[in-house]
Amino acid sequence: MGSLVQSVDWLAIAPPTVTAVVALAVLVADLFLPDARKPLLGRIAVAGLVLAGLSLLPLLGGDRSTFCLTTGTRVCSYTADHFTLVIQFLVLGGALLTALLSFSALDDLELPHGEYWFLLLSSAAGAALLPASRDLATLVVALEVASLPAFALVGLRRGDSRSSEAALKFFLSSVTATAVTLLGVSFVYAATGTLHLAQVAEGLTHVDPRLATLAEAGVALTLVGFAFKTAAVPFHFWVPDTYAGAPLPVAAYLSVIGKAVGFTGLILVTVLGFPSYADVWGPALAVLAALTMTIGNVAALRQRPERDRSAVRLLAWSSVGQAGYLLVPIAAAGYAGGPGHAIGSTVAYALMYAAVNLGAFAVAALVARTSPGNRITDYRGLYARRPLAALALGFFLLCLAGLPPGVIGLFAKVTVFTAAVDAGLGWLAVVMAVNVVIALYYYLQWTAVLFKPAAGQPAGEDAEAPQAPRSTGRIPLPLATAIALAAALGIALSGAPQLVLRFASGALL
Amino acid sequence: MSHTVLQILLAAIVVVPLLGAVAALLPAPPGLKGRSPEQAVLRHGVTVTGVVLALSVALAAGFDHGHPARMQATTDVGWIPALGIRMHLGVDGVSLPLIVLTALLTFLCALYSYGSPPRERGTDPKAFVALILVLESGTLASFAVLDLVLFFLAFEMVLVPMYFLVARWGGDGRERAAWRFILYTVLGSVVMLLGLLLVGIKGGTFDMVALATDNGSKLSHTTQLVAALAIGVGLAVKAPMWPLHSWLPDAHTAAPTTGSVLLAGVLLKMGTYGFVRIVLPVTPDGAHSLAPYLAAFAAVGIVYGSLVCLSLARSGAKGDLKRLIAYSSVGHMGFVLLGIATLTPTGVNGALFANIAHGLITGLLFFLVGAIKDRYGTSDLDTLSGATGAALYGRAPRLGGLLAFGAVASLGLPGLAGFWGEMLAMFGAFRPADGLSRPAYLTFMVLAGLGTLLTAAYMLVVVRRVCMGETTQEAPVVADVRTYEFAAWTPLAVLTVLAGLWPAALLGLTDPAVQQLLRGGN
Repeated sequence: MGSLVQSVDWLAIAPPTVTAVVALAVLVADLFLPDARKPLLGRIAVAGLVLAGLSLLPLLGGDRSTFCLTTGTRVCSYTADHFTLVIQFLVLGGALLTALLSFSALDDLELPHGEYWFLLLSSAAGAALLPASRDLATLVVALEVASLPAFALVGLRRGDSRSSEAALKFFLSSVTATAVTLLGVSFVYAATGTLHLAQVAEGLTHVDPRLATLAEAGVALTLVGFAFKTAAVPFHFWVPDTYAGAPLPVAAYLSVIGKAVGFTGLILVTVLGFPSYADVWGPALAVLAALTMTIGNVAALRQRPERDRSAVRLLAWSSVGQAGYLLVPIAAAGYAGGPGHAIGSTVAYALMYAAVNLGAFAVAALVARTSPGNRITDYRGLYARRPLAALALGFFLLCLAGLPPGVIGLFAKVTVFTAAVDAGLGWLAVVMAVNVVIALYYYLQWTAVLFKPAAGQPAGEDAEAPQAPRSTGRIPLPLATAIALAAALGIALSGAPQLVLRFASGALL
Repeated sequence: MSHTVLQILLAAIVVVPLLGAVAALLPAPPGLKGRSPEQAVLRHGVTVTGVVLALSVALAAGFDHGHPARMQATTDVGWIPALGIRMHLGVDGVSLPLIVLTALLTFLCALYSYGSPPRERGTDPKAFVALILVLESGTLASFAVLDLVLFFLAFEMVLVPMYFLVARWGGDGRERAAWRFILYTVLGSVVMLLGLLLVGIKGGTFDMVALATDNGSKLSHTTQLVAALAIGVGLAVKAPMWPLHSWLPDAHTAAPTTGSVLLAGVLLKMGTYGFVRIVLPVTPDGAHSLAPYLAAFAAVGIVYGSLVCLSLARSGAKGDLKRLIAYSSVGHMGFVLLGIATLTPTGVNGALFANIAHGLITGLLFFLVGAIKDRYGTSDLDTLSGATGAALYGRAPRLGGLLAFGAVASLGLPGLAGFWGEMLAMFGAFRPADGLSRPAYLTFMVLAGLGTLLTAAYMLVVVRRVCMGETTQEAPVVADVRTYEFAAWTPLAVLTVLAGLWPAALLGLTDPAVQQLLRGGN
């Protein structure tokens, strides 16, 4: 009988740990830095995220596990395998881009520096922990670490009633979902007697018949919680108001990392935890996917371009639509023999989506500096004012739409599509095709607006006159870097789609 | 010429315009600055398109004319192993003439723009040249690639530059027309993509040559039917086939002259080329089931296009000359689609011939109409002709003569290029492939014949109203054909005559390749 104390592989857990430690360091440093030097905190945060990203490199060599049981089956709570590393890369990269977006927004909106960076890094640490968790307790803890700071981030604009309302909406619905998840987890624990995903999977195949209903209810309730995080219909209603009310970088963060968290959790729970219930969650997720993409895209189509904050609202609804595409391969994994292949499609799509969606938000953040209304009509003539930013946004939107020159968007959609067809989900493929066409319309329309000649001074412009000197200024360096990074990623992937698509061809997980 | 040289030539034909487009956006290097930045960049456009034309002529010269059915100058390297997509390029007798035509028309457009730069609203000629070059690259790529997904990419690549050419350099109603153009073609091509994916997934490869060799043997009848329908819809929007043509007249009317020439001369061909290259050999059963419907729509399109033209040509109808030529395109492309729908070598050869002929003749007509619009400030037929006629013969004899030449070539006068393709298409309809209803095709043939009569009628009306009439002294002086116009138009007129007198040169190239495609690639 060995020691009950589990050994810790510090290298394996470095990515989330570094992020968390830097978060604490920022919080402490905030206490001692004078106001004038607060911008330093942002640089520390960016450096921390880069460091955490670099700590992924030594892990590429092979799978590592830690926090393993010292007795019995020796299952582990933390695994740094291929899947984990890819998602951690996505999370840390996404957080880095968000951080770059945040610099100018922090000054413009006068948000508290210390708190902001601490919350962002904490949330990123939770998100980085999540893909590595292999037991339900760690999973829920990671999910909460990722979500709780996000509520605060949404409500960070003190004195802004819309921001507070958004935060409250987000908080209430999220907490309800977590409570439901916890109830589900406890049911699953009651039925199987374990929290480790591998053992849950095994235990669920021979549940005591008297507990079968309990186990089924547990599976369903657990999934509901994760479906909420992914903003799948019918748990999507918080998205548009939250995005529109939150500071823009936070909305960008939620649209990418918030979603990645939900999806990773969903993948881990379904594929690793509940494979024996594939006949239940497979069709359920397929229906969810169809509903999510349809409702998201139809709502995005109905956004009126002249409405206040229509740009962010459109991105919010389109992200609901994109969540639908991301769900398709997970649903397909419930049918296919080798779920790893289907999961790879989701991962490939998520990587593409992360890069271009953050890019689109970055350009939106740039435009928001001069026209805080952030209406789609404000983008009219952007090409004449800022040609490079307009070209970048056009490229991001076409990637999201899946049209050349956004080649990577097209191929990511093709892999998702193939996953659906391979799983025999022909109807879902057709629904997806119709949705892609609907989405084309609004993405194209927005793209076309960028290149139209600017109309005469809009009426609302005068009200912003005191801020006019900023409008002529150069793009702040961090924001420019964020746009350039996202664009470079998108272009590189369009030239060599194999970089991400190989996840879809090989088995992941 | 060795295989490697041909390989490099073909790859260069696709890549050089792209590089040229990037270079056009950069400041001109010292020594090439020219008189002004505008002049330098327009000259750059002429140089690059000229190089591409030279390359394509060299490719045509090096092409083994003894075996036009064989894919030549092939390059085949992996691109995205995850999806089985390969960079597969090659030319055969079907694609070679289209490549040369594209290179020629783009060069002539660049030449024309050099002489008459796009002046509208002080826009930047740099962007104009870059867009023309991207357009050229996309079109050439779609004729040169042999992978379904690459074909789709090339097909889509063309839309972006065309959209901007219409939306930024166009005439009245350009934004609406451009939006309509992009919406129609994008929706059509998404449907086409679904069909291509269906073929790729069920057939196990995206390679056109391999799929053509399989000749549909790996695809069930239902799959073939659905795929042929989906791909066909996408291609039919582009071709355009009646009733999916309604984007075309607006786009043509609003587009600048060069945009119109390229749209009619080159872009429409991508649709019909796709039918011959993909639908016929890859989904033969599907094509067979759908062919009568395609033929019916084509026949209706021929008559419809001619009737619209007739009504536009009437005096007092406020008909726009550009719009009229656009509708005549609907009719001419109807012949091409009818030829394809016969599924016979005769019909398909006729279709391919008519493709090229239409590119030459309609290209010329759009150039001429653009020149008339420049001179008179309008292309409204009533305003132009006034009470008695515009009297171009008297006031600008060369311009009038060329317009009359283009008109009679368009109506299919024997001895000119327009004749052979349409005659062969009708000849194919006279004896369609086995299994197709002969009475139905005979009806279509009669309809098409009626269409040629109507075409003759409206073209002659146009000639009478624009070229003839009384020359009055007080009318403003109209400049006759200028040097750059002469340079841009002569090749088209000469080739129209040559193709009309010596059709064997072209048919000899396409026929073996068509026979092979219809037989199933072997």
